[in-house]
Amino acid sequence: MAAPELHRFTLDNGLRVVLAPDRTAPVVGVSVHYDVGFRSEPEGRTGFAHLFEHLMFQGSESLEKLAHFRHVQSSGGTFNGSTHPDYTDYFEVLPSAALERALFLEADRMRAPKITEENLRNQIDVVKEEIRLRVLNTPYGGFPWIWLPPVLYQSFPNAHNGYGDFSELEQASLDDCAAFFDTYYAPGNAVLTVTGDFTVEQAAEKVHDHFGDVPARPTPARRSFAEPAPQAESRRVHTDPHAPLPAMAVGYRLPDPATDLAAYLANVVLAEVLCDGDASRLQQRMVHQEPLVTDISMGCGLFGAPLDARDPDTLTVTAMHSPDVAVDRVLTALDEEIERLAAGGPQPDELARVAARWASSLHREHDRITSRTLALGSSELLHGRAELATELPNLLGAVTADQVAAAAKCLRPDSRAVLTVPAAGGAQ
Amino acid sequence: MTASSPTTVSTNGGTAYRTAEEIGRTPRGPRPLPPLGEQTEAATPPMVDTVLESGLRVIAVRRPAVPMVELRLRIPFAGTERLHAARAEVLANTVLTGTERRDRARMDTDLALVGGELSAVVDPERLSIGGSALATGLDVLLDVLADALTAAVYRDEEVAREKDRLVERIAVAASEPSVIARLALQRHRYGDHPFTKEMPDAAEVTQVAPSDVRRLHRGAVVPRGSLLVLVGDIDPETAIDAAGEALLGWRGDSSATTLPPLPELSGGDILLVHRPGAVQSQIRLSARAISRTDPRYPALQIANLVYGGFFSSRLVENIREDKGYTYGAHSYFEFTPHSATVLVDADTASGVTSAALWETRYELGRLGLVPPAQSEVDVARSYATGSLLTSTASQAGLCSTLATLAAAGLGYGWLREHPARLAAVTADQVAEMALEFFAPTAFTGIVVGDAEELAGQLRAIGGVVLP
Repeated sequence: MAAPELHRFTLDNGLRVVLAPDRTAPVVGVSVHYDVGFRSEPEGRTGFAHLFEHLMFQGSESLEKLAHFRHVQSSGGTFNGSTHPDYTDYFEVLPSAALERALFLEADRMRAPKITEENLRNQIDVVKEEIRLRVLNTPYGGFPWIWLPPVLYQSFPNAHNGYGDFSELEQASLDDCAAFFDTYYAPGNAVLTVTGDFTVEQAAEKVHDHFGDVPARPTPARRSFAEPAPQAESRRVHTDPHAPLPAMAVGYRLPDPATDLAAYLANVVLAEVLCDGDASRLQQRMVHQEPLVTDISMGCGLFGAPLDARDPDTLTVTAMHSPDVAVDRVLTALDEEIERLAAGGPQPDELARVAARWASSLHREHDRITSRTLALGSSELLHGRAELATELPNLLGAVTADQVAAAAKCLRPDSRAVLTVPAAGGAQ
Repeated sequence: MTASSPTTVSTNGGTAYRTAEEIGRTPRGPRPLPPLGEQTEAATPPMVDTVLESGLRVIAVRRPAVPMVELRLRIPFAGTERLHAARAEVLANTVLTGTERRDRARMDTDLALVGGELSAVVDPERLSIGGSALATGLDVLLDVLADALTAAVYRDEEVAREKDRLVERIAVAASEPSVIARLALQRHRYGDHPFTKEMPDAAEVTQVAPSDVRRLHRGAVVPRGSLLVLVGDIDPETAIDAAGEALLGWRGDSSATTLPPLPELSGGDILLVHRPGAVQSQIRLSARAISRTDPRYPALQIANLVYGGFFSSRLVENIREDKGYTYGAHSYFEFTPHSATVLVDADTASGVTSAALWETRYELGRLGLVPPAQSEVDVARSYATGSLLTSTASQAGLCSTLATLAAAGLGYGWLREHPARLAAVTADQVAEMALEFFAPTAFTGIVVGDAEELAGQLRAIGGVVLP
C-alpha cells in the first residue's frame, strides 16, 4: 500500500499529534495512547491500570456519566479502550461529520475526568464480571498471557497478573485514582492520532482548539523494566478447572526492538516460517505428520501482535495436545525444528511466503480504520515512529536467511519458560 | 496557547497530587458539545451482480483503498440426515486439504505466495468459504478455490487426522460456557430441528467415512443457489470474467439445499440448566422477530437498539453501568432464511444472576409500557445510520455485509436506501414494535449456572423451570 500521508506536531503542553488523512471512505478514527500500562501499576494494586481505563469512560467535567457513550453512538460511532503492558489506548471510529465531537470527548477526559466513589465501586464490579467471563469461568482463561509471564520473569512489573486479584481491585481508592491520573495521564505522556476523511488544516485547527488548553503537567521519567534473561529452563504447572485437553506454552525472551530492531524482526519471520499455515514446518510435522498436537501457534508478543510492547518482550509458543502425548515429546520436536532452522536457515520460498502474507495482512489491517488508527498511535508512542506500522512489510521482506538462523540459535532450552496446563480431572 | 497550571495542589498521604474532586473541574467549567459537521455520503462503488450459467450468483465490487481482494462464497448446505452435521463438519475441515493437483502444503504455499488465505466453516444453513489475497493474485485465489470445489479428493489420511482434531476441538468447545448456553437455548427453542445442530457430537464424527464426505461434496457443493462476492482493488467486469473462467468446471444438476422453515417462536418458561461449580451464569432469552424485508423492520431495529442493542441502551445502562451485574449485555437479531428472532444475553456472577434476570425482564416490560422517548429514538437512529457507514468502510466489512444481505435476497440498494427508511421511523412506530415484540410474555430462554446457588431465588421470582 502507498504509505499513508503522515503529519505530526506537538502542542505546547507536550501532546504529540499524528494526522493521517485518507479520503477513500467518509469515516474518521481518533485515538489517544497514554504511556502507561499494567507494567507500571503499583505493587498491591494489580489490575489498577485496567480498572482506571474503565473509569476514564465514567464522565468528565463537561460530560455526565453515560454521556461519552451516548455522544459517540448518537454520532453513529463506536468506541473502546484497552490496557496493554506499556500503554493504554482509547478510541472512537465515527462518520466524518463527528470528528470535532470525538476530539472534544477525548480532550475533556484528558483535562478533567470526573472520578467518583460510586463509579469506582460500580466499575470494580464490572471489571470483576469481565474477569469471571474471560478468566475464571472459561477453559484456558488467561492462557497464556496471565500465567506464562510469572514463569519467564522475576520482577513484579513483568511477572504479575495485569487483570488483577479481586482483593487488590477491591482496595482501590479515589486517592489511588488521583495519583495515577496526575502521574501518568499528562498530555506530554500521550499521543493523539487522527485518521480518515478530513483535511490536515481542518483537523489541526480543531486539535488545537480542544487540546490546546489542557494544562501541561510534568511527565514521569520512563522506567526501565529490564531484567536478566533466565539462566535455566523454568517450568510451572497451572491448574485450570475447566480445561478439557492439556495445553502448554513456551516463552523465550526477545531482543530489544529499541536497540536491535533487525534481530527482533528476524524473530517475527522465524515464527511465521515455523508455524504460519499448513505448509509451515511445525504445522506440517507436529499437527499433520507425527502428529503430536491438535493446534500450535507461535508469535512475538503475548497478545498475538509484534512490537506491541517495549523491552522485555516475549516470543510465545502455545499448543494443545492429546493427553496421550507427553509434554517433553512436544518440546523435543520444537527444539529439533528450531535447531534445524538454526543450522540451515529458511529456504528462499519460505521467506517469500512470509513476505507476501505479511504484506497482505498489513494491507487488510490498515484497511480497517480502527486497526490503522491504533497501529499508528502505538507505533508512535512505543517506538517513536508511526511509520513503522506501514514499513513493517518491507522491513520483514528484507530479513535474510542468516538473520533468521541467528535468531533460531538464541532460542535455547536452557533460557526459557515452560507452562503446562493439565486437563481438568487429572489427565496430563 | 496558554498552559495554565493546576488550580490546587493538595497533599494526599504525603505526596503532591490533586484530589479526584479537584481533577474533575477546571476554572472555565463545563463546555458545550460541538455540533456535528457536514456528512459526506459514501460513494457508490462500481459493481456487477450477475448469475453465471452454472447458476452461481457472482457480485464483484471495486473498492481500491488497499491492493487486496476479499472473497466470500456461500453455499446453502442444510441436511436432515442424522449424520449430516458431522459429515458437513468433516467436509469443511478437509475441503482445502488437497486436490488431484495439489496436496495440503501445496495449496497453502500457492496461496501464501500471493499473500492469500482461504478457510471454510459450516453451520446448519450453509458452507462458507472465505479468504483474501493481494489483488494481483486474484487468479491464483480463484484457481485454488475452483480446484477445491471441483477436485477435492479427501485423502483417507487427511480425513482421519482432521476427524481426530475435530473430536478434540469439540471437547474444548463443549466446555465453553457460551457454547453450552447456545446449545441449551437451541434445544429449548427448537427441539431437534436441524437448525439446532451447530456442532456434531464427537461420537458422530468418528462414524464419518471419507466416502461419506466425498458423496456429500458431489451432492451438495453445487453452484446453483450459491453466491460468490468479490470486493477490492479489482475491475468488476474483469473479475466476473475471471471467476466465470476459473469456475467453468464447477457444475451440478441440483440446487444447493436450504434449511426447512423453523417453527415460530412463542413465549414460555425459562429453563435453568445446571453447571456445577460455575462462578458465573449465562442468561439467554429469545423471542420471534421479523425479517429485514418486512416494512416494520426499521422501527423494530430501533426498538431493539433502545432495549439492549448498543451500549447506550436501557439494559446496559441498568445492569452494567448502574448495578455492575455484568460486563456486557446485548440484544440482537438472528436472521434465518424465512424469518428472524431476537436474542438477549448477559453473563453474570452467580450471586446476582436472579437479580439480573429480574431487571432484564423488567426492561422488556418497560420498553412496551414506557416506550422510547423521542431522544432515545434519535440516538438509536443515528447509531444505526452511522454504523452502516463504519461497518462497510473496509473491503472485508463491505464484502461480508454484501454476502449476508445477498443471502437474504437483498443487495447494495438496500444498504443505500436504509438510512432513508430509518429516518422515516416515528416514535409511535417504535412504541408499537416494543409492545408487540418485546413483551416479557413473548420471550422464552435458558439460564446456565450452578443450580445449587441459583434455585432458591429463581424459584421465588417464578417463570423458571428448575432441574
